[in-house]
Amino acid sequence: MLDGLFQAWPGLEASAALLSLSPPGWGANLLRGAANSLIIALGAFGLGCAIGTAGALGKLGGGPVTRDLLAVYTTVVRAVPELILILLLYYAGTDLLNQALGALGYRPVEISGLAAGIGVLGVVQGAYATEVLRGAIQAVPRGQIEAARAYGMNAVQVFRRVTVPAMLPLALPGLSNLWLIATKDTALLAIVGFSELTLETRQAASSTRAYFTFFLAAGALYLIMTLVSARVFGWIEARYRRGHAGARA
Amino acid sequence: MRALLQPHRLVLIGLALALAVWAAVALRWDWIPRYAALGAEGLWRTTWLLVLSTGIGFALAVPLGLAQAAGPRVLALPARWFCTLIRGTPLLLQIWLIYYGLGSLFPQYPWIRHSDLWPILRQAWPYALLALSLSYAGYEGEVMRGAFRSVPHGQLEAARAYGFSRLAVFRRIWLPQALARVLPTLGGETVLQLKSTPLVATITVIEIYAVASRVRQDTFIIYEPLILLALVYLVFAGLIVLAFRRLERRFARGLG
Repeated sequence: MLDGLFQAWPGLEASAALLSLSPPGWGANLLRGAANSLIIALGAFGLGCAIGTAGALGKLGGGPVTRDLLAVYTTVVRAVPELILILLLYYAGTDLLNQALGALGYRPVEISGLAAGIGVLGVVQGAYATEVLRGAIQAVPRGQIEAARAYGMNAVQVFRRVTVPAMLPLALPGLSNLWLIATKDTALLAIVGFSELTLETRQAASSTRAYFTFFLAAGALYLIMTLVSARVFGWIEARYRRGHAGARA
Repeated sequence: MRALLQPHRLVLIGLALALAVWAAVALRWDWIPRYAALGAEGLWRTTWLLVLSTGIGFALAVPLGLAQAAGPRVLALPARWFCTLIRGTPLLLQIWLIYYGLGSLFPQYPWIRHSDLWPILRQAWPYALLALSLSYAGYEGEVMRGAFRSVPHGQLEAARAYGFSRLAVFRRIWLPQALARVLPTLGGETVLQLKSTPLVATITVIEIYAVASRVRQDTFIIYEPLILLALVYLVFAGLIVLAFRRLERRFARGLG
């Protein structure tokens, strides 16, 4: 079937050869890049959710100073381009870590691109996640939390058993947006030289001059990631909404 | 004003001021006069890229949204694909596809090089503007779809009953109502668009971020240009938020 296609469209055979998985083709490089992107996105999203939970709880229940500092954090991160934050946090983070290590008498280390990428994108995601989770937690009816308190649950139990399950359906649309942003923001790490999908693509494209082939192939990979995760989030959302009769947002 | 005068805020403001004074004294700012002219040029380029790309993008987003909300399937499906495609891939990839991809096609068509458009097509900014506009159109097309759907149908029917033509219904009722509802979202999206503009520096458009990068490469000063740049974007984002708040106040009046 492919042979027929190749005859009808000669350019396709050349593209298929360029994208093949074995060495003269660059397919394996692209897939490795895509795997790297996915790992960073997962790490950053996880870190972002952790920071976001802490941030949301701090904004809702923290003291005045905590709240003001968190407001500064979310405002600055959401107004300054990710690219600049990545550069700032990357340089400053490496610098501070090495100074701390130097003060403790250790030799400076080179931070791996993977760890730096996860850390930096996680901090960015954290700011958005803080706002998403804060809104969702605030939307949980107070009566439910008071009822849980009245049953004698402590703060941790209330949070785990009542607040989280009740707020998740409200937070999931925002979180799924954040995850999509995370997968796409990994492309920014190409600029600081981390070999994720976009950078691998660019290297393949510029060494073969087949720009359209490779950029379209990478676009298709990103699109697959996005569409699959949209499906997964839709499924999770449907699952968590089951207990919420009238809660359709 | 009173919100600022709480004791803990005064302490925090004092700390921030101390930090600013320390930064002004202890960090290196002597490079600023040398790069001021270039910086102003970069700032201007960022501004017009943002304004033009949001303008063109929004002009495309209205038909995209309308096609998805009320158009026939022939128009609705391509519009939906376009939005999914744009929203599902990174902007950086789109910029590189348009710049390097189109650039690699031109040698096949020699007449392009001899046409009057070549002096423009040889530069990088048309590709940057095209990529940014298409991106904004894709995201806002989705927003406008929801906006057009959210306008109560009764209003449109009432207008038709009063003898408004279809075009007049759209221009006088549907679009203003939809706009008033999404202005807050559009404000946020425009800030996101501002945050996307530095990506065009990767295809040699010298806007404000590229200027800061050049300072870093020329002088090996890392933090100062980046911090100043972050401040510039903060102010820029603040201005966008203020502008949209004024727009909201004007347009929300008719919202019932």
